[in-house]
Parts: sequence; C-alpha cells; structure tokens
Amino acid sequence: MQGPLKPAPAGPNGLNPNSPFYKKREKVHPKKVEGPFRRFKWIVLFLTLGVYYLTPWLRWDRGEFSPNQAVLVDLANRRFYFGPIEIWPQEFYYVAGLLIMAGLGLFLVTTSVGRAWCGYACPQTVWTDLFMAVERWIEGDRNDRIKLDKAPMSASKFAKRASKHAVWLLIAVLTGGAWVFYFTDAPTLFRDLVAGQAPFVAYATIGVLTFTTWSLAGLMREQVCTYMCPWPRIQSAMLDEDSFLVTYKAWRGETRGSVKDKAANPDSIGDCVDCMACVNVCPTGIDIRNGPQLECITCALCIDACNDVMDKLGRPRDLIGYTTLTRDVAESKGETLPPMWKVIARPRVLLYAAVWAGIGIAMLVVLAGRARMDISVAQERNPVYVVLSDGDIRNSYTVKLLNKEARPREFDLTVSGLDNARLSVPVTGEAPAKRIRLAVRPDGVDTYLVQVRVPAASIREEQSQILFKATAADGDGDTMETARFTAPERDDDEQGDDE
Amino acid sequence: MSADPKDSSNSSGPGTTGHEWDGIQELNNPLPRWWLWIFYACIAFALVWMVLYPSWPIPGGATPGTLGYSSRVEVENQMRELEAVRAAPLKGLEQMALADIPKNPQVFQAAVEGGRSAFKVHCIQCHGTGAAGSKGYPNLNDDDWLWGGSMEEIHGTLVNGIRYHANDNTRQSMMPAFGKDGLLTKAEIADVVEHVRAISKQEHNQAMAARGGAIFAQQCASCHGEQGQGLKDFGSPNLSDGIWLYGGDRASLTHTLTYARAGVMPAWNERLSEATIRKLTAYVHSLGGGE
Repeated sequence: MQGPLKPAPAGPNGLNPNSPFYKKREKVHPKKVEGPFRRFKWIVLFLTLGVYYLTPWLRWDRGEFSPNQAVLVDLANRRFYFGPIEIWPQEFYYVAGLLIMAGLGLFLVTTSVGRAWCGYACPQTVWTDLFMAVERWIEGDRNDRIKLDKAPMSASKFAKRASKHAVWLLIAVLTGGAWVFYFTDAPTLFRDLVAGQAPFVAYATIGVLTFTTWSLAGLMREQVCTYMCPWPRIQSAMLDEDSFLVTYKAWRGETRGSVKDKAANPDSIGDCVDCMACVNVCPTGIDIRNGPQLECITCALCIDACNDVMDKLGRPRDLIGYTTLTRDVAESKGETLPPMWKVIARPRVLLYAAVWAGIGIAMLVVLAGRARMDISVAQERNPVYVVLSDGDIRNSYTVKLLNKEARPREFDLTVSGLDNARLSVPVTGEAPAKRIRLAVRPDGVDTYLVQVRVPAASIREEQSQILFKATAADGDGDTMETARFTAPERDDDEQGDDE
Repeated sequence: MSADPKDSSNSSGPGTTGHEWDGIQELNNPLPRWWLWIFYACIAFALVWMVLYPSWPIPGGATPGTLGYSSRVEVENQMRELEAVRAAPLKGLEQMALADIPKNPQVFQAAVEGGRSAFKVHCIQCHGTGAAGSKGYPNLNDDDWLWGGSMEEIHGTLVNGIRYHANDNTRQSMMPAFGKDGLLTKAEIADVVEHVRAISKQEHNQAMAARGGAIFAQQCASCHGEQGQGLKDFGSPNLSDGIWLYGGDRASLTHTLTYARAGVMPAWNERLSEATIRKLTAYVHSLGGGE
C-alpha cells in the first residue's frame, strides 16, 4: 500500500518519479528565544488562558428565576447568558452575527498584519506554547532535548518523559474541565465532578478534550497547522503585496557568509551569517529564508532570534522583520518608505473594518431595542373551522406567549378584525370572553390552545384577517400578530352535500 | 546553500507519482505518515465493528454481531422507558370517576395527549385526522352531541359502540324509513322536509311547512322533540340547529326521510384497554365541545 520511502533519483525533467507517498515527520525542537515578540506572545498567552479558565466562575445576579453565572450556555433550557444579555434560540442570529464578525475580523487582521491570529491567539498556538514551555522546563532546551531523544531509555529519561506527560495531562484535564463549566453552574458542577456525581456527558467531554489537548498541543503541534487546519490554505486569498508578513530580506542577507568571509569580500557577502538561529527557534521547523511558506504561522520568534544575532554582530536589526512585499522591494532599492499607517489604512483594510464595525453597531442597535415579550399564533388546520349549533363559527389557534423577563407575568389577549369575537381557552372551562388573561412563566414560553368564536353575522368572507394582541397586564409592553379566520363557504341556497 | 522553492529536483520538493500519460506527469505532495496510520486505524475499527455489531447483509437480515445489538430491541427498550415516564402523570386515570378527570389538570393533560395518539390509530378512518368527521360521521369538535358529550356519555359510546351488532349494551335506536316502508307519501315527505327547514331557520315554503308541522308532531316529535331539539337517549339529532350529519338541503332531507339513517360505530371495549378508552374519552372531550 505504501510508496517507497527512499527518494528515487531525479528524472530527466528534474522531478522525482516514484517519490514517497508518505512523509516521515521530522521532529521539531524549538530553541528558547527572548525578545519583544516572545514577550508579546507570553502576554497574549496569559490573557487568553486567563479569560478561558476564569470566565465560568464570574457571577451575575439575575434574580431568583434565572441562573447567576455571568457566561452560561444553558443547552438544556436553550438559553445563552452573557452578562446582562440573554439570548433565546430564536435570537440566534446574534450569535451568527458574532461569528460573521469573527470571520471578517480574521480577514481584517490577515489582510493587514498577516497571520497574526495563527501566530499569537489561535488556541492551537497558545496551548502548544504552554506545552513547549513545560517541555523545556522538564527536559531542557533544544540541544538537551535532541540528546534526550537519541539517548537509550534509562531511569532518568523515563522520569523526565513521565513527568512531562503528567504535567501535560494535568493541563489537558484542566482545559477540558474548564470547558464544561461554561454549560452549567460552575460551582455545582465542580462539586459533582469531584464527588463523582456529575452527568456522564460531563466526564466524557472532559475526557475527549483532555485527549485532544494532550495530543494536539503535546504530540501533533505544527502538524495541526500544516495538515489539519484549512486556514493556511485560505489565507493566500487574504494576503496581497501590502500585507505585513514575517519576511527575510534576501537582498540584504544574501549571499550568506561568515564574519570572516564578509570581512574579506564586503561587497558580495550579505548580512546573514547562516547561524541557523531563525531555523532553530521556529516552532514549525521551517526556514524563513525560503520565503513565505504555508507552514509559517508568523509567530515572529525568528525576528527575535535574528535581531539578537544582529545586535551581537553590530549589524542593523530586522534582517528578518515584519514588512510587506512592496516595502521590501522599495527598501532593497533604497527608496524612502511610506509611513506604516498608510500601508495599513488602505481601502481593502478600511472596507473590512467598516463592514465589521457596521455589523457590530447594527447588532448593538437591534439588541438595545429588542422586545421582551412576543406572541406567535398558528391557526389549527385540521379542522380549520367548526360550526357550532347556534350558527357561530369557531377557529382554534395555537398561541405561544414568550416572556423574556425573569419574572412571572400575565398577558391580556384580545382579538380584533371581526365583530363580537370571543376568546376562550378550553382547558380552563371558562366561558368565552372578549379579553382573556393568560399567565406566562418567567423567562419562558407558555403555549395555549385558544378558540375564537365569532357570530355568523359578523363574517363577510370565507377568509378574514384578524389581529391577536397581547398586552402585558402590568402595562409594560404589548405585541401583536395577524392570523386568518376561516369560515365555511357561504352558500345561501343549500348546506351540506347533495346526494 | 539557498533552496530555490521552484527547484523540484531536491528530494524534499514535490516529486511525481510516477504516473505519466502523454507527457503529463502527476505531481506528488506526500501526506504525513501519521495520516496513513489513522487510515489503518479506521480499517481496524471497521473490522472490530463488523464483529461486534450487525453488519453484513445475509438472506433474512444481517450477521448478528457478538454484542447482540438490535435496533428493534433498542426501540422496545426505549418504548418501555417511555411507558415508565408516562405512567407517573397518568397515575389514577383508571380509578378516577370519569367526571373528575378534567378537574385534574395533570392527569387530564396526559390523558389528552395519549388519546390524541390513540385517535390517530383507531378513529381517524371515520372521524378524520382532525376529528372533523364527514357526511355520516359526526364532527367531534362542535358542541352538538347525538349521544351526549359529557365524560360518562363519551366513555359509554366508546365502550359499547352505536348500533353495534356484537354488543348487547350498544347504543340503540332506529329511525323508520318513512318513504320506503310506505308510512308517508312523497308529498307528505316533501311537507315534512319544508317543516324541518323552517325550524332550522332555512329558506322554506311556508304552506308546505305548515302541513309538514302537523305530520312532524305525529310522526317525529316523539324522538326529535316537539321543537325538533333532539333527544340524546335515542341519539336523535337536534334538527333546529345549523349542524347536519347528513345534510340540511332538500335532497338530503328527502333521502333521510325516505330511507332513514342509522350510523354504526364499533364497540371498543374488546379491542382497547380501559386506559386507552379513557384517554380517548379525555381527548374527544377536550376537542372543544365537551359538556
């Protein structure tokens, strides 16, 4: 089934016939690096992980009928709480809007500063960074780890490996554990989890996320970005010659040569001393000097590493630096560069920013003005009408009353459009009336079968439009919906079928 | 030293699969090794699945699998669980006095829902999916009841049926075939038809209706009442309202008087459990016309 692993000699056209179908993974041992980008990555790591782990524990007082967890995805009751905002399933377009904003935000960031999401904020990057820090702490830096990999199994190697995986698994369990807290009351679930009384699905979710965290951040790492994630493939559509990317300035670095070479031939030898520092720190194991690559997550650690070397050599910084294709070409010709903000504030970026902000503002406006009660009326279709013995026509409707406030409320229901229409809810056994009062549970929906009875004299057409109106008994708002009232075909001559 | 990304001749660049047709070569971008292992793992998973669960079709079904899983057994288990869940709100349904069921919201609601399902299986063939009936089959949604619309009366009709040959307690009554049996002449029948149209406030011939009224008082009032208001003991319909089981037009009324009408409903006591009959009673009662 598998192709030969050894590469065959190149064919006449320079391509390898029968090249291997499967590539053996080359393990990456990133070296420790210090610098402004590394510091920035640490800050993002602490912020994002802090938000992730602590958010479920924030409280928010919503009164006695609603949960007091600030951020809660209550799947069982189909409610999503985010601080003062509560989203019902039928308001899911807010979440859709957020997702669209997230997508556009990704485009916006990628267009202006390249794959900043991949390099700094993506969970795969953040957790991999954390796992690498643990690895470095237990097994040592790059050279120690390479040595350890090659060393035969021994007690000390086993101890190092075991403790590394133990810490990884601990982080992984906490990661999965934090996830489930978003879906139910965190303190209660924590007690149940410890006591072994939590629902199976909670343990299963933690188990699955423990496995994915451990395997993706510990074992798979750059393989996730290169082979599993679609974003590296899509990003090329977002980038143009004015996108900021981590770039090796080949015009300055080439031809590579040692300090001695350069001293001998200062005109033909460039600034790159081929020290491999940029390659050694790369978490995806690539050589940035080969140009922009699919595997590059633009974490900019090679910038830190290279600047360190340039400083030591007393050469100018940013042999590897954030620049755009246009700027790189201009810089190589010695032209003056336009200011940074002009590159970032180009039409494409501004358009993305405008659409992104527009959706955000539209959502806020809609959110601020949304109704806290709602009515939905569906006419019963089978049978559509019933003729009563006194000649009245009766239609039935399934009326759903939504009370989005966290307190029990009562709504007065009336109907207009047909004279002398009377309403009743048959299960109450009460006589039909022009106005009926219906209770609706706090933060919920109550469904009533409502019958509307209309004297035959009021009816002009087979189909009449009627209007249901629910008015809050406390005077705080009303809501309406139209419905159809159906009457038998008006045939004054004969009733019923001919035989 | 520098690697030219366009140079494919080094071994890490894209090679070809060795496939070549008319000089066109297929480039090869090798997949990672671990992908291959996941593929093998999936095959292993499938093999294990084939042993554990029903998989290969064979005549009369499929290979059973060593776990003994079957989707039918699964459905049965789920039905049992459902029954257990439903038993709680329906507690006391069979012991309760019939009239008390609607006063007990929890039991009533659960019984109505159960009745709704049972109705869809046993009753819609005649009464229609919405219980609106059709010609000869009463509409159960209205407030006009031939044999009574209280819980007891609906229950009685369900248990023993109407004019059902195999049940001794069945609801029984018979309208004479006035025309066929020669009890009334065609002219007299036409007069009675006009009278019935008069009492049901339809357009009619007054002279004929006046003559028909006299015949009605003699022949019909004993069952249908002097005003034609009907009598539930005999299941005789109210002729003065706007609801017609067989039609209130002249042709239908003439046919009814000439040949009589005698609808039949089966007795359900031998086919359905008392619990199901009570659920159906609750459902029919809830349709809006219960008394």
